[in-house]
Amino acid sequence: MKSKLNKPFAATAFCMAALFAAQAHADYTVAIAGPMTGEYASAGEQIKKGAEMAIADINAKGGVLGQKLKLEIGDDACDPKQAVSVANAMVNKKIVFMHGHWCSSSTIPASDIYNEAQIPMATVSTNPKVTERGLKNIFRIMGRDDQQGGVAGAFIASKFAGKKVAVVDDKSAYGKGLADETAKGMQAKGAKPVLRESITAGEKDYSGLVSKLKAAGVEVLAYGGYHTEVALILRQAQQVGLKLSVVGGDTMSNNELVTAAGGNADAVYFTFAPDARANPSAAEVVKRFRDAKVEPDGYVLFAYAAMQLFQQAATQAKSVKYADLQKALASGSFNTVTGTMSFDAKGDLKAPGFVVYKWNGNKYDVVK
Amino acid sequence: MGQLIQQLINGLTLGAVYGLIALGYTMVYGIIGMINFAHGDIYMVAAIMAVTVLTLLGAAGITAVPLALLITLVVVILFTAIYGWSVERVAYRPLRNAPRLAPLISAIGMSIFLQNMVQLTQGARVKPIHALLPGGFELGTIDGFTVHLAYTQIMIIVVTVALLVLFTWLITRTSFGRQQRACEQDRTMTALLGINVDRTISYTFMLGAGLAAVAGVMVTVYYGVVDFSIGFVAGIKAFTAAVLGGIGSLPGAMLGGLIIGMIESFWSAYLSPEYKDVATFVLLILVLMFRPSGLLGRPEVEKV
Repeated sequence: MKSKLNKPFAATAFCMAALFAAQAHADYTVAIAGPMTGEYASAGEQIKKGAEMAIADINAKGGVLGQKLKLEIGDDACDPKQAVSVANAMVNKKIVFMHGHWCSSSTIPASDIYNEAQIPMATVSTNPKVTERGLKNIFRIMGRDDQQGGVAGAFIASKFAGKKVAVVDDKSAYGKGLADETAKGMQAKGAKPVLRESITAGEKDYSGLVSKLKAAGVEVLAYGGYHTEVALILRQAQQVGLKLSVVGGDTMSNNELVTAAGGNADAVYFTFAPDARANPSAAEVVKRFRDAKVEPDGYVLFAYAAMQLFQQAATQAKSVKYADLQKALASGSFNTVTGTMSFDAKGDLKAPGFVVYKWNGNKYDVVK
Repeated sequence: MGQLIQQLINGLTLGAVYGLIALGYTMVYGIIGMINFAHGDIYMVAAIMAVTVLTLLGAAGITAVPLALLITLVVVILFTAIYGWSVERVAYRPLRNAPRLAPLISAIGMSIFLQNMVQLTQGARVKPIHALLPGGFELGTIDGFTVHLAYTQIMIIVVTVALLVLFTWLITRTSFGRQQRACEQDRTMTALLGINVDRTISYTFMLGAGLAAVAGVMVTVYYGVVDFSIGFVAGIKAFTAAVLGGIGSLPGAMLGGLIIGMIESFWSAYLSPEYKDVATFVLLILVLMFRPSGLLGRPEVEKV
């Protein structure tokens, strides 16, 4: 009788001991979050591909501080409400680092939760507000919309001098911010948009906007928003015989634009960080991505760089505790595939750059 | 002036698509007095299916546009009708005599299920097709604005008018239509007279789904880009159209669709695209304030 009782007890005790042992040697969990589903899912896919490769590489080299990394993937579908619940779920999973979110409108509410839970994060969201709220845990590994808009505005003023320009946004935090900054950038160079409009993202029919542009004789559309709407606008413009050049932001780097625009994407210009694929330091990683049949465009290398950032910061700090990691990120300088990164007091990149690209068939090239 | 005519054409096309979807809402409401919230998603399923069929036909070497379109229409209508039948069988028939709220909830559940099913099986990326019927007529230049009428726009308007005529005939002149109207008025009495009520309702769902299928194919060809989430917005707009025109009335649904299409298209061209939905829904509220049963709807007579 006695031994019968003891056996399960011993088993339980053993299991618990094993559990504690496992916890003591637990892997570090890092996370990415972005639109894995929904209209912008192709961007989420890029982030996932980049992060997975980075984690595999880091683990192959022995991990971080002797621990392996484990990746958690959060799907916010670019919905601010869902972003908050993803953030809460990630906090419960005890992540030590977050790369995300992607849409500015998701990053802003989610970052408050990570800040409260003391989790450092690296994001590519470009809305200025992301780093303007005094949060210490957030680091932006991409430029800001005021920089991006300035570059786009100056480009429009010189390249399309004398042509009629309309500035349109999709009412999102990212789109409206970028469009406002682009208009400001144009005005700084003495160019003035003839129209300023907003549309509702996620619809299919933009013929009203298109005919308004046509009636106003607009030749250049400066657009703040995501690529899916631009594709539809271009298709519908072509239907009524309107030739439009589009100048957009970093989201236009998605090659889904080319297929969705049905051969009309060649007149799309966009600002984006300097092409990291051309960096000599990235050559080896780029090659391995291509071997794995992944073209490292868009956000792929940024996701890779974010993981490198975490690895180097943790190595410098010799800890993954928030206070140490935050200090290391704020003060250090890091060599990543997208270039050398260091951050100012707000958490913005010290030396961000934006270059203008143009779509040409299935790939984009720098506009000289 | 040129822009006015252009927007008239654009609004007519958009309104025709809303009207086609609204017809399905209104038919189903007419017969069982329930809003089929999954109707917008049936339309989405049809649009995605149209992309698949068109791609397959292209791969099979059938590139003659009229033939490819015809095959696509037939295949998609057939499969979508099966969807319509299954939705009714699974989600609504077991709840036929339940309180009114129950089928409403199961309709919303069905809508979420269909959307997620397509997202998981087909992926979340947008699905583009090449322009099938590119080009159109130039109707001339007025005030420096060249008016274009695309072939696809003609196709949508012609098909919609033809379907409206066909369905009006079907409901008012055939024996199926008589059975359908009988079910609308009194289901118990209809059953006592030897009419298979369940079958009539099933057919109505299939016809409604068929209309959504036509709308799905048209939209795929017209806009060239579809994804799993298009059903929601289109469903809401079409539902609004059905309510505006008087739910239960076929010409009302079409009228409602056209009015909404026109408002959206003129509001976004002359005022601001930002507030076009506000304009639509303000009109809906105004109409419902003065005519609670919609523009062409008959007020419901309480039976004793």
